[in-house]
Amino acid sequence: MSGILIIAEHRRGELRPQTLELVTAAQALRSGAAGVSLALIGKAPDALLPALHLAGVDEIITVSVDAAEFDPETYESSVGALIQARSPAIVLIPHSVDSFGYAAALAAKHGLGFATDVFDARFVDGTLVATRGGYGQKVHVEVDFPGRRTVLLALRGNSFKPAETPATPRITAFAAPLIVSRSTPREFIELPAADDVDMTAAEFILTIGRGIGEEANVGQFRELADALGATLGCSRPIADAGWLPKSRQVGQSGKTASACKLYIAMGVSGAIQHLAGMKHVSTIVAVNSDANASIFGVAKYGVVGDIFAVAEELRKRF
Amino acid sequence: MKIMVAVKQVVSLDEDFELRADGRDVDPDFFVRDLNEWDDFSLEEAVKIKEAAGAAEVVAVCIGSDEADDVLRKCLAKGADRAIRVWDDAIEGSDPIAIARILAAVAKRESPDLLFAGVQSSDQAFAATGIATGAFLDWPHAAVLTQLNYTPGATRAVFRRELEGGLLHEVEIHCPAVLTIQLGINTPRYASLRSIKQAAAKPIEVLAPGDLGLSDAEIGEAGSASRVRRMFVPDKAQAQLLEGDAAAQADKLAAIIRDFKGEAA
Repeated sequence: MSGILIIAEHRRGELRPQTLELVTAAQALRSGAAGVSLALIGKAPDALLPALHLAGVDEIITVSVDAAEFDPETYESSVGALIQARSPAIVLIPHSVDSFGYAAALAAKHGLGFATDVFDARFVDGTLVATRGGYGQKVHVEVDFPGRRTVLLALRGNSFKPAETPATPRITAFAAPLIVSRSTPREFIELPAADDVDMTAAEFILTIGRGIGEEANVGQFRELADALGATLGCSRPIADAGWLPKSRQVGQSGKTASACKLYIAMGVSGAIQHLAGMKHVSTIVAVNSDANASIFGVAKYGVVGDIFAVAEELRKRF
Repeated sequence: MKIMVAVKQVVSLDEDFELRADGRDVDPDFFVRDLNEWDDFSLEEAVKIKEAAGAAEVVAVCIGSDEADDVLRKCLAKGADRAIRVWDDAIEGSDPIAIARILAAVAKRESPDLLFAGVQSSDQAFAATGIATGAFLDWPHAAVLTQLNYTPGATRAVFRRELEGGLLHEVEIHCPAVLTIQLGINTPRYASLRSIKQAAAKPIEVLAPGDLGLSDAEIGEAGSASRVRRMFVPDKAQAQLLEGDAAAQADKLAAIIRDFKGEAA
């Protein structure tokens, strides 16, 4: 019983960047558990190998399967077989949409210790302790895993720096059990970049959230964004309600606002998925009437006040 | 045709909450309880399928003490036909894996054609219960659906799952299946006053784990994959506040914007 097993995540022939964060997270856990192996499960896993030649990975395990893209039962059987063969103490995966689809099933079937959305993990007096959020991130929760030989941890994105130092791990092939999955991945569908806007290129974004109250109020914020020279974006509830097109949604499941440098969020309380999607922005300004809104925890500047009054005053200045 | 919808009574916290004496949870005096937001969408999805099919049954299932009757009444008012609540004090301390074991036991008794759960709960946000339930049932399962095409009685369903960065993925799945439902898949209805009144008169079936053949070792902390050691209030990084009235705040915000534009120019 030893070692850390990382499960790489990839999509459409590219490694998902969170995989590199898992490599960093594994280093902090090494002292309590020997050796770090990284499993690459896919139809042609060798193609992704170059991206994973990283210091901190002792071994890359390639697992060839039929499914070209993520499929829950394929991952469950492959990772399950790896756990049985290697008996790792810890299995690390990203807390991501793909892992939502199989991690809990893997834990349930194999009796693993299990926690998701973990942003810190360490050994305390020889016991593995993982920390996650609770009650809408108002508290932190430390959990442990009494009596479990293997613990599966899904790690929150952006909690660990991505590994980047090159190295040459040894490469091993592992024969996955053959399965006939009961679900079949078909095609990917890109969200159309509707109404001429490209959120991924916008450097200055003004986003509106639930706090705007009703659809009739969207117009004044659109006008404000135009006056400021900002691109108007929105949080999930606004897009779900159809008040703005889905292409304007920012946050983890919306468009990645990768070029954004100044982000003003008005009436956005800051669901964890929204914050995770905007964490990279250097200057976040949150305007919210609720002084306890979680977005103030990530914002550089905060305005506690009525968003309509602040918007109106701001409009006068541009 | 039957759809089972797993629902949770979630907790948000009063502003000035305090921890329980043992430090392992928040004092329940500070709990504000409501139906999990995601579950509102999964219930609506089930009711929509029922309405399109004509004849079908939607069964809402909640694991919780009698306080959770409120959320089941809400489900009944919004179109669920039956409500089942499972509770015993031994369930206290259950993590999503233990809760999933109970939900799977209910599903074995009910034999639905589909089982819906929310992607996650707003309070503990494990994003695990639905998919673990699928494992205990050995049913195919999928997470984070934003679109579902299912004809009652069909052996397969086609859905879209919502990936990161505005990408969708279409998948076909065998039924019965467990599907976790994302916000925005539909527009949940409001319950009418009349349906709220009718729901108040409907029975809620209450079961104990023993009725489902579950032992104490399978539920509560004993049946869980993790155990809470402690909870604590983190030292929060806090934004630098722009003080003053709206005009003063706008002055400072305008300066930040002009500064940015100067740099960007």
